[in-house]
Amino acid sequence: MTCIICPMGCQLEVTRIQETGEIPAYSVTGNTCPRGEAYAQKELTNPTRTLTCTVAVRGGIRCLVAAKSKIEVPRDLQLACMQVIRRISVKAPVKTGDVLYEDILNTGADIVACDDVESK
Amino acid sequence: MSEKIYDAVIVGGGPAGLAAAVSAYDNGAKKLLILERDSRLGGILLQCIHNGFGLHYFGEELTGPEYAGRFVKQVKKRGIDYKVNTMVVSIDKAADFGEAGLTVTFGADGTEHVVTAMNSTDGLMFLRTYSVILATGCRERTRGALVIPGTRPAGIFTAGSAQRFVNIDGYLPGRKIVILGSGDIGLIMARRLTLEGCDVKLVCEVMPYSAGLSRNITQCLENFHIPLKLSTTVTEIHGRDRVQGVTIAKVDANRIPVAGTEEFIACDTLLLSVGLIPENEVCAGTGIHMDPVTKGPSVNQRMETSIPGIFACGNAVHVHDLVDFVTNSSLLAGRCAAEYAVAAEGVFRSVPCHEPAVNSQAPVIIPVCPGNRVRYTVPQQIEVDDAFKAVIQEIREGASEIPKIQIMFRSTDVYRNVTIFIYSGNDRIYMKKVRIVRPGEMQTADIPASALVNVTGLLTVSIETPEDMID
Repeated sequence: MTCIICPMGCQLEVTRIQETGEIPAYSVTGNTCPRGEAYAQKELTNPTRTLTCTVAVRGGIRCLVAAKSKIEVPRDLQLACMQVIRRISVKAPVKTGDVLYEDILNTGADIVACDDVESK
Repeated sequence: MSEKIYDAVIVGGGPAGLAAAVSAYDNGAKKLLILERDSRLGGILLQCIHNGFGLHYFGEELTGPEYAGRFVKQVKKRGIDYKVNTMVVSIDKAADFGEAGLTVTFGADGTEHVVTAMNSTDGLMFLRTYSVILATGCRERTRGALVIPGTRPAGIFTAGSAQRFVNIDGYLPGRKIVILGSGDIGLIMARRLTLEGCDVKLVCEVMPYSAGLSRNITQCLENFHIPLKLSTTVTEIHGRDRVQGVTIAKVDANRIPVAGTEEFIACDTLLLSVGLIPENEVCAGTGIHMDPVTKGPSVNQRMETSIPGIFACGNAVHVHDLVDFVTNSSLLAGRCAAEYAVAAEGVFRSVPCHEPAVNSQAPVIIPVCPGNRVRYTVPQQIEVDDAFKAVIQEIREGASEIPKIQIMFRSTDVYRNVTIFIYSGNDRIYMKKVRIVRPGEMQTADIPASALVNVTGLLTVSIETPEDMID
């Protein structure tokens, strides 16, 4: 698998080793930093991503603000989260770091602004 | 004509211009002006809402607007002047500036430049400055550059303009999308449009490998089950008023479509992500020497172009993969532009204007050339000027800190287990082993200045494969 942690894109070789308890363990090679191993373990047990998107803004000098999930959300919930985000809008002004939507789909992740949008 | 003489006028308010301005300020050039044609500072990063920026420079993962925002904050904190909605029309040497009624009393020694710019509040401006920093970025290759046969329907966009529509203006370019070219913007847009509810049919790439980062293949295509067809191209666009579909076909080793492999894909939108070209129209009139391969100005180790005092950085010089690298080259350009301005100002104050400037002895130029499997290098030359000679002298006298000169380059193809060599004549002055080189991933070689002490002729950067090393 390809590590996606940084633009290096290391090719990881992952083999399943002895299953201990309920969580399977993997041995990882090909990574050039410790984050590669952590990524592989996580990707095979509980894959998550930072979701980046835009949120509609009412009364601002621009109609959208760039936003992201403050913590990572489950990889396979990205499309479902977007269904929610597409339907919300916030009122200007918006400042970088403002929480635009709390705890999306009970993932624990807030959607926060990545940019400023002043009022019109 | 402005009374004020700027230390540096920075053309472009994107990541390159912002970093150059901050660095110029911190290195003593306080009279700065950034000119930006869009309505706000930040450049193309503002529409790159995905994350992954800043891992090298800030040590954390940021989105494009966050990365830009940090530099905008730095610029504002220093009180650096900027003008948005402003277009630069031309850059001229003050000595050659032929505006009627202008008497050139300063800068006749060639140290001063005039930047002509306009906007709707100030009108036409003639800005006098010691140095100019070109941070104009790049633009996308278009359908015209590709010559795809077919009609001219609506629904064909470059990936970057689609990105602007979706992320800034809030419009979708279409519903059923085919992407030609696997550059990073195309891959990012495949994911973005999928998340916005579009049906991305496939990404096709004419080369047998992707031009994008491998992490983007995984997280933008594979994770969303979007097929990537390598060695495949679009051979025809169908539809009269709106795109109704495209014909794709396999290509052979010479990139010629193979008869019998054609396939019709119904879609209403075709996005092109087929490469970027530095945008340098603004310096066309200056006579700056351009590199025909990078399509940007040739620069020396200080990011200075062939015209003294005109510096260039970021994607205007050559297209970078990561904004972090843009920032690094721009910090260097900003520092060197500041040093130039400070020196030029000193000359202006102390010497009657027709006296030749300092450093009048023509410096020795060491050309840096692409060798085997290398497409281009930046810088294209190393200038052995007084400052560089001083560094060499310090090394000879046993300086403890040896500065490095970074050479950036790209390979012509994908090669594994290679060794990077830099030759001066037949002498190897630098060596580095690399597991894999790809044309899409910029390589760097940091040559310690001590290795250049005895170099007189040109330097050649070569990528050598295990087969080359049998000797």
